[in-house]
Amino acid sequence: MPDGATGARRGRTVTTRSAEHRRGRLAGASAAALLASTLAACGGDTGASSQLTWYINPDSGGQAEIASRCTEAAGGAYTIEVAQLPRESNAQREQLIRRLAAEDDSIDLMSLDPPYIPEFAEAGFLAPVPEDVAQRVTEGVVESAVQGSTWDDELVAVPFWANTQLLWYKKSVVEQAGLDMEQPVTWEQMVQVAEDQGTTIAAQGIRAEALTVWLNALVESAGGSIITETAENPEDIQLGLTEDPAVRAAEVMNAVAPVGGPAFSTAGEDANVTDFEEGDAAFMVNWPFVWPRALSAVEAGTLDASVPEDYGWTLYPRVDEGEPSAPPYGGINIGVGAFSRNVEAAYEAAECIVSEENQSYYFTTNGNPASKAAVYDDPEVLEIFPMAPAIRESLELAAPRPQTVYYSEVSGALQRVYHPASAVVPGETGAEAADLILAVLRGEQLL
Amino acid sequence: MTTTTLPPTEKTRPKSAPPSVSDRARAERRLGWMLAGPAFVIMLLVTAYPILQAVYESLFSYRLTDPANRAFNGLGNYVVVLTDPIWWQSIGVTLLITVVTVAVELVLGFALAMVMAKALQSLRPILRAAILIPYAVITVVSAFAWQFAFDINTGFVNSWFAWLPGIAETTDWFGGWGTSILVICLAEIWKTTPFISLLLLAGLAQVPEVLQEAAKVDGASWWQRLWRVTVPNMKAAIMVALLFRTLDAFRVFDSIFIMTAGANGTESVSFLAYRQTIARLEIGLGSAVSVLLFVAVVIIAFGFIKGFRVDLSQARGDK
Repeated sequence: MPDGATGARRGRTVTTRSAEHRRGRLAGASAAALLASTLAACGGDTGASSQLTWYINPDSGGQAEIASRCTEAAGGAYTIEVAQLPRESNAQREQLIRRLAAEDDSIDLMSLDPPYIPEFAEAGFLAPVPEDVAQRVTEGVVESAVQGSTWDDELVAVPFWANTQLLWYKKSVVEQAGLDMEQPVTWEQMVQVAEDQGTTIAAQGIRAEALTVWLNALVESAGGSIITETAENPEDIQLGLTEDPAVRAAEVMNAVAPVGGPAFSTAGEDANVTDFEEGDAAFMVNWPFVWPRALSAVEAGTLDASVPEDYGWTLYPRVDEGEPSAPPYGGINIGVGAFSRNVEAAYEAAECIVSEENQSYYFTTNGNPASKAAVYDDPEVLEIFPMAPAIRESLELAAPRPQTVYYSEVSGALQRVYHPASAVVPGETGAEAADLILAVLRGEQLL
Repeated sequence: MTTTTLPPTEKTRPKSAPPSVSDRARAERRLGWMLAGPAFVIMLLVTAYPILQAVYESLFSYRLTDPANRAFNGLGNYVVVLTDPIWWQSIGVTLLITVVTVAVELVLGFALAMVMAKALQSLRPILRAAILIPYAVITVVSAFAWQFAFDINTGFVNSWFAWLPGIAETTDWFGGWGTSILVICLAEIWKTTPFISLLLLAGLAQVPEVLQEAAKVDGASWWQRLWRVTVPNMKAAIMVALLFRTLDAFRVFDSIFIMTAGANGTESVSFLAYRQTIARLEIGLGSAVSVLLFVAVVIIAFGFIKGFRVDLSQARGDK
């Protein structure tokens, strides 16, 4: 434990110098030691800086900037270095979890995708959140983000930014179709308009995590849940895939697939934006990153300024007219590695990272919505993101994906059975998926 | 065949050597072991050890995040794998990709080898480099390149080939089984044909020119010379090329991982092993899949060596 002993916390040059002196005269040695302790005192109470490594998901440079801001603000108490993880969230999980299983002590801070947090927490890979920290970091934070950082009724990660999907539409098309977007919209209405106007709905039909996000939002919007009762023992997990809400969700998937465009079964979020920007799609369910992306494309001259002007947005579409929708919840929460040598400093850093100021910086520059509600009142945020109030409202309604230790298996099985969406059979696919999930969890089937 | 075609080793071997091993041969053998020994030990460390470890792990029910509940499972994992339809489907897909790509590559590779062999002396280095470039490209990069080319949004294939029947601006190549497999095979063929052609080029160079001349004098056509002289004389080289490529093709992973991520029933056996071990963290089950994959590869290698009498140490054109 080199960082545990104060002696080792001296700067490297000082240590070397004192070692040289030790070989010489004793007086020289004590002088060097004195010098070292003086230098250490300059670094603040904790001695010289503790080096923290923050494993981040790739973004537009926002997390690296926040890291350097926090390093500066810490005044030498700690320094944060960022290390970039793979692009896809499942690949991020794979890398982190294998390192943590090997008790990697270089992982101090992690940007975690919420659905994987229970798995990390249950395996004991997250350092417990100190009570006072837990209290501070949940104050004024939207409900879904707190839920996404909680496992077993305990806060296990620090809410950072909270994502949600909105329904984006082309104002010109809905006007022509006479669809009132002030009122809540249902999927069926959108399908109708798409058929009448000869346009498409951009949704995530690709066999990837995005498909689970869509399915979960549909089931939750219909009033159900994919996992109705979670349990420690995989055999006791209760699934809601054969119940009515899941059947409704399958019906919607089935209805949307034919108007989802020619490449619906391979369309992910990025392909959706392209379709929407190019005008092939008049509706799109997608995360708010689509807005800054359109604006920067206009700035770069690759997109006509009239395109984002035609963008409209509202809450995620409903499955049933009378029931509010449950939009997808995503984002990133900060976990502290259980094997970190600087847990205390890491939590200090995590609190700095999620500060209101940094969240609003991240929102306005990278397009990633804040988890702290107060950020949505920031005039700068409102100026760049006129849809901020809608995002905030959506976050209050948002439902998390199934919270289970076995999320990866559940999601993988759902993707296998519910893809392609055009082949989904309401009333049958749900049972098939439930059987597969349970067989996989019992270890009786491959995935 | 005349004695002039015999390779030097055959020629210098004393015909009258006694059957018992001479002192000199024994010394040579010892020297051989001393020279190859260190490499042999390292090979054991980096291949035998992981293989044995995988065999051992495959007997357990073991989840990486839950080491406390690791339990001996006997052959249970193998039963799960072998009774799962997805395993057999993956075997089918893998075999299909292997057979199609290796067959096409053999023909194409042969043609390219002939071009390289017959090219003008001054052109040969440039030609060889040009043909080898795809092989130098990292597989993941080549997979991305092919994916971008065929992608409905970023690709040029749809707009370039829209005049062909069956291809339109809206063709979604990665949306169906057949078209996905086609693109995966194309990417694999593009990438590894140079490897086969390089091995075949070495074989071509060993076909004695005198035989060709003799056949020419006897009035054999180009086609006859190819089938009766060239191909039989490089059978061993062809078999070695086929064996190496088949073993390689059977482990196909990168292209599928990048292009479809296993959607539309395009999972290969390697992909299945990845999914269980890395994504599901089921080390036991994943090891069982890996061990079975290893067994399949051993069977292929054994089948080639015994069935076609491929002599790996003598990949030359004599018979």
